Amino acid sequence: MKQQRPTRRRNVKLEPPPAWRARAVLIGFAVFGVVLAGRAFDLQVVEHEFLAQEGEKRHLRTVEVPAVRGAIRDRNGEPLALSAPTESVWAVPSALLEAPEKLGPLARVLDMKTDDLRERLRAHASRQFLYLRRQLSPAEGRMVMAVEAPGVFLQREYKRYYPAGEAAAQLVGLTNIDGAGQEGLELALQARLDGQPGSRRVIKDRLGRVVDDIAEFAPPRAGQDIRLTVDLRLQYAAYRELKAAVERNRASSGMVVMVEPSSGDVLAMASYPSFNPNNRDALDPSGLRHRAVTDTFEPGSTIKPLIMARALDEGRIGPGSVIDTEGGVWRVSRDLTVRDFRDYGDVDLKRLLTKSSNVGAAKIGLELGPESVWQAYLDFGFGAETASGFPGERTGVLRDFYNWGRVETATAAYGYGVAVTGLQLAGAYAALANDGLAQSLKLVREQTQVLGSEPRQVVTPQAARTVRQKMSGVVSNEGTASRAALPGYSVAGKTGTVRKVGGSGYNRERHQSLFVGMTPLDNPRVVTVVVIDEPRGKDYYGGAVAAPVFARVMRDALRVMKVRPDQGGTLTADAAAADGERS
Amino acid sequence: MKSALLLAALLVVNLVAAVAVVGAKHESRSLRADLQSLRVARDELNTEWAQLQLEESAWANPDRIGRLASSKLEMSHPDEFIMLEAGQ
Repeated sequence: MKQQRPTRRRNVKLEPPPAWRARAVLIGFAVFGVVLAGRAFDLQVVEHEFLAQEGEKRHLRTVEVPAVRGAIRDRNGEPLALSAPTESVWAVPSALLEAPEKLGPLARVLDMKTDDLRERLRAHASRQFLYLRRQLSPAEGRMVMAVEAPGVFLQREYKRYYPAGEAAAQLVGLTNIDGAGQEGLELALQARLDGQPGSRRVIKDRLGRVVDDIAEFAPPRAGQDIRLTVDLRLQYAAYRELKAAVERNRASSGMVVMVEPSSGDVLAMASYPSFNPNNRDALDPSGLRHRAVTDTFEPGSTIKPLIMARALDEGRIGPGSVIDTEGGVWRVSRDLTVRDFRDYGDVDLKRLLTKSSNVGAAKIGLELGPESVWQAYLDFGFGAETASGFPGERTGVLRDFYNWGRVETATAAYGYGVAVTGLQLAGAYAALANDGLAQSLKLVREQTQVLGSEPRQVVTPQAARTVRQKMSGVVSNEGTASRAALPGYSVAGKTGTVRKVGGSGYNRERHQSLFVGMTPLDNPRVVTVVVIDEPRGKDYYGGAVAAPVFARVMRDALRVMKVRPDQGGTLTADAAAADGERS
Repeated sequence: MKSALLLAALLVVNLVAAVAVVGAKHESRSLRADLQSLRVARDELNTEWAQLQLEESAWANPDRIGRLASSKLEMSHPDEFIMLEAGQ
């Protein structure tokens, strides 16, 4: 190399560079190269997957487009459960932490402490997505965006509102925070209410802003709206009167079920205690249960009209039969003596129900025999789920008649040893009201008949009509439920006062007060079951506790349903006009 | 000469196609923007509709109506009544 150097400045003597310099440069380059190659290997091979993912995160993203959940409406289209859009606030923690001056104002609109917000962001600093606050109103969402904090975004979410509040809380049920049915009809109808979320492929920058919307788009499919058979106006009335009665009688709980006999439509189904479904922070688990389907009880005297209908149907008794009540005390066997409240002497069928004679009912039951009594209850729908499809529904207790002796048969005839739900009892009375034709009970208005739910003729129309006539005495001044009388309407009904089973047999202190009634007599439009559990006031008889609830609820129901009064004076318009002229 | 003409013609066609592509792209962009704004409008209308339904059910709550009827309008249930039959 020395020889090739320019020789122009021959007079300048140059020191030859030391040999180590060239070597040092060479080694330097070599090390550099090796490091670069190693890093490239590391990135391309070792960490390739992770990095590709990270890149994707900052680039191409599938954004889920939430689908609106179907509404639950009453039979007139009034909303019982409705999804309304809300804004959920989320952030990229690292991006937000870069702008500490925005934390204060942001925390204020989010109703949080600044320090708490900072703590949460730091704790999740490595994440790309963190919910700061969920389900704000659209107006609050706009306030959040007005802060203009970096890395803070809104996400559209739907929130479930329950306009009927506690009045229909257990019936309608609840969804969880992610919008899936959790209780009640929200759970039962989940598959139909639920929508199909759509998706969108978009390109996002590091801060999560949508830079470009690429065409791939699956539109969200909204859930189905569902109409119930329930009439919200009746539901409100039922709940209001139930609540008032439970509080007035210092009872522990209660239920009201209203059914339209001609269709099997459940018009109202209220349960108390209840809860406010719009405030899930204060949920009381005991209020979640819908007692009309999840709680069973012994129907007591309310079962007597059913056994009577069966006996009439089989011809064991006739409409004019008279039964000797044995002075009010009747020894069935060594183990069982049936007692009446007092001696009613010889009773016809109307008086048997009016006075609620246990002896009379036991005699009819024994006349029928175990199999017939059992079959009657089975036919009326006891011991089996109704067609309502309500989650957690109980079947009650109806033991096989093979093991029934005289004692079991006699007690079953006045409603002990058998357990039913409020809904089952309403269904049984609806069959009586519909001239013996039992419609399967419905909570949802369906266009098509559910398989296996065809109407069944339980007793003959004659038997059903006769029993309805015999039940009309119950609400007379003579009867056990004079307080169930309705001005202008004929009422057939039956009271029940049941001792509850305690730790050691039947408890004298704890009762259940029942009333089941229907009106008008000739062609009942509504059947209503009222059950008040453990009243602790001075009254505990069904006629004093449950019957007034019936009267109050029915007064509203008949007005709402525009049922024509069938009792009392009727004037023709001409006569009224003539009356007007005279005065 | 012939091929030069062909070349010129293709050049013109190419130019027209290029302009058309630009036009189509522009139109697609503006249509997508329209779609987006319509979607936003629909969302807002849906939101409002849901709010209005909730508001209506709050105002028309049967308990509230009943309370107003008895307190403000002094209405009550007609427990005593006479049925009037329309004359034939």
